[in-house]
Amino acid sequence: MRKIVSLLLAFMLLICTLIFSGCNTDPSKVVRVFNASEYIGEDVIKQFEKETGYKVVYSEFASNEDMYTKIKTTPYDVLIPSDYMVDRLIREDLVQPLDFNNIPNYKYVDETFKSPYYDPDNTYSVPYMWSTVGILYDSAKVTEEVNDMSIMWNDKYKGKIFMLDSVRDTFGMTLKKLGYSVNTTDDTELDEAKSELLVQRPLILGYVTDEVKDKIISGEGYMGLVYSGEAGKAMAEKDTLRYAIPENGTIYCVDAMVIPKKAQNKTGAESFINFMHKPEIAAQNSEETYYGCTNTEGLKLLPDAIKNNKGLYPDVDILEKSEMLKSDDKINQKYLEIWNQIMAAN
Amino acid sequence: MNRRWYSAPYIVWSLIFVVVPLLVVAYYGLTAQSADGSLEFSLENFKRFFTPLYLGVLWRSALYAAISTVICLLLGYPAAMILASKDLKHKSVMMFLIVIPMWMNLLLRTYSWLTLLENQGLINQFLRFIGVLGKEQSIQFLYSEGAVIFGMVYNFLPFMILPIYSVMSKMDYSIINAAEDLGANKFNVFKKVTFPLSIPGIYSGITMVFVPAITTFAISSILSGNNVNLLGNVIEKQFLVGNDWNFGSTMSLVLMIFILLSLVIMPDSEKESQGGMII
Repeated sequence: MRKIVSLLLAFMLLICTLIFSGCNTDPSKVVRVFNASEYIGEDVIKQFEKETGYKVVYSEFASNEDMYTKIKTTPYDVLIPSDYMVDRLIREDLVQPLDFNNIPNYKYVDETFKSPYYDPDNTYSVPYMWSTVGILYDSAKVTEEVNDMSIMWNDKYKGKIFMLDSVRDTFGMTLKKLGYSVNTTDDTELDEAKSELLVQRPLILGYVTDEVKDKIISGEGYMGLVYSGEAGKAMAEKDTLRYAIPENGTIYCVDAMVIPKKAQNKTGAESFINFMHKPEIAAQNSEETYYGCTNTEGLKLLPDAIKNNKGLYPDVDILEKSEMLKSDDKINQKYLEIWNQIMAAN
Repeated sequence: MNRRWYSAPYIVWSLIFVVVPLLVVAYYGLTAQSADGSLEFSLENFKRFFTPLYLGVLWRSALYAAISTVICLLLGYPAAMILASKDLKHKSVMMFLIVIPMWMNLLLRTYSWLTLLENQGLINQFLRFIGVLGKEQSIQFLYSEGAVIFGMVYNFLPFMILPIYSVMSKMDYSIINAAEDLGANKFNVFKKVTFPLSIPGIYSGITMVFVPAITTFAISSILSGNNVNLLGNVIEKQFLVGNDWNFGSTMSLVLMIFILLSLVIMPDSEKESQGGMII
């Protein structure tokens, strides 16, 4: 009996050491960063560590929703979610006001991205990068000019079109095509969008998210909805690919850096946020990920091929016609119910 | 020395990782958010589930799982029989080939089929190269129900073969010899002796294929490009997109009850499946 108990104790001890061995470093020397996957320049973290002496524990999430679930149980110092999620974090009182004395580089942030709807007084968040949703297509296969969403309903391209497996983005772009707001809760407008998506369904090869880029590069599909950063990477890989934003506007998205209430190293977190807005660093992030630079000085440092690309850096008037997604559980559940109806039809 | 202590680690384990999560799912499933945001007991989500939309999804999941289970049985039973036969020469090699894919993660295995089966995938490229297909032609293997069922059969076939094999290899050959001595031909030996004795293995095989197949969401999502939405996919979205843990849990509960009921239908599966489970 005694043998077994001691064996059990030894086993538990082993597990405890395994679990806690990672946590014995001083929290004031560590910055825990939680960012979307592949959303930072390659050695930016190392440069930050070298310059400031902090150690970065860097983890990535696949979606804002995953992040939201995860932060309930794990403490992080910096989060980089999208606009609607920042909105939610602020509403639910999960993030804390920033001390802008520690973020002097905030002066480089483009005025366009300051005072967004989710943080009108610029209290809690600093914009990181921005993106649009648009159509990535192969100009060798799609001969028409692509300037609005109707191309994705053209049955000439049946079985060659990919839509996003992202309820709000796919719905939003369809609503935009119909001339409605991407955030509508009007039943007749949503019904119209539903019929539109049902009409389109037989033409669609698949509803995927991360794979759209690769599917268009490989020629599996001729066009697909993508986020602009993905489009930038795809265009760099295959030169017949083009990225177009619908003329009547699109969904655009700003990802912003926030510090959760449970953060253990607020100063370190602010230092990280400040570092991300050093012009060279902001430029490096945008150059390597192809996502939009929110830093005015950084923008000037970008190669011409990127900063003059009208897909990646569209004219201001298109942005004025575009909207950010606003989201809460009620609106998402409403869209999801209709999405389930569309997906059940086949 | 009290033998009950031997099971203590497992009991602790299953309390933490099986019983508690199950209670949490039941709690969320049986409650709904009231007007002031707190959770209160409600069967509202069950009512919502029992509408044509979600019943249709459950039906489709059950149908595809059942089809895959039948295909697995038809493919797996003969394979298990051959494996168990005494005079098989390269038994270990065959066993190895069946088990080896299971050393790899299910997601990786499934993603690798994309590379093979896509319209621009290796198989289509090969067919184009040898001239079976024209330059712009391709056979569309993916993005359909067929692809999902194929993925289920491919991933879960070993779970059918192994339990049947394990029962068959333990079979007492003197009984078969006796049947032969008493004049039964090969077909009758199979019908009256081998097959009845292998039933426990078949039951475990069916369980071990049907249950993961009906609950899968990765296989359907990857191989059909989300064209085929099974209950697993709908539950996943309910949590991640809708953030509706209550309805998501309700759906999980219904699915669990459905699985339980469909296993009860199998006669005496518990009693007879002794020794059938090897993994």
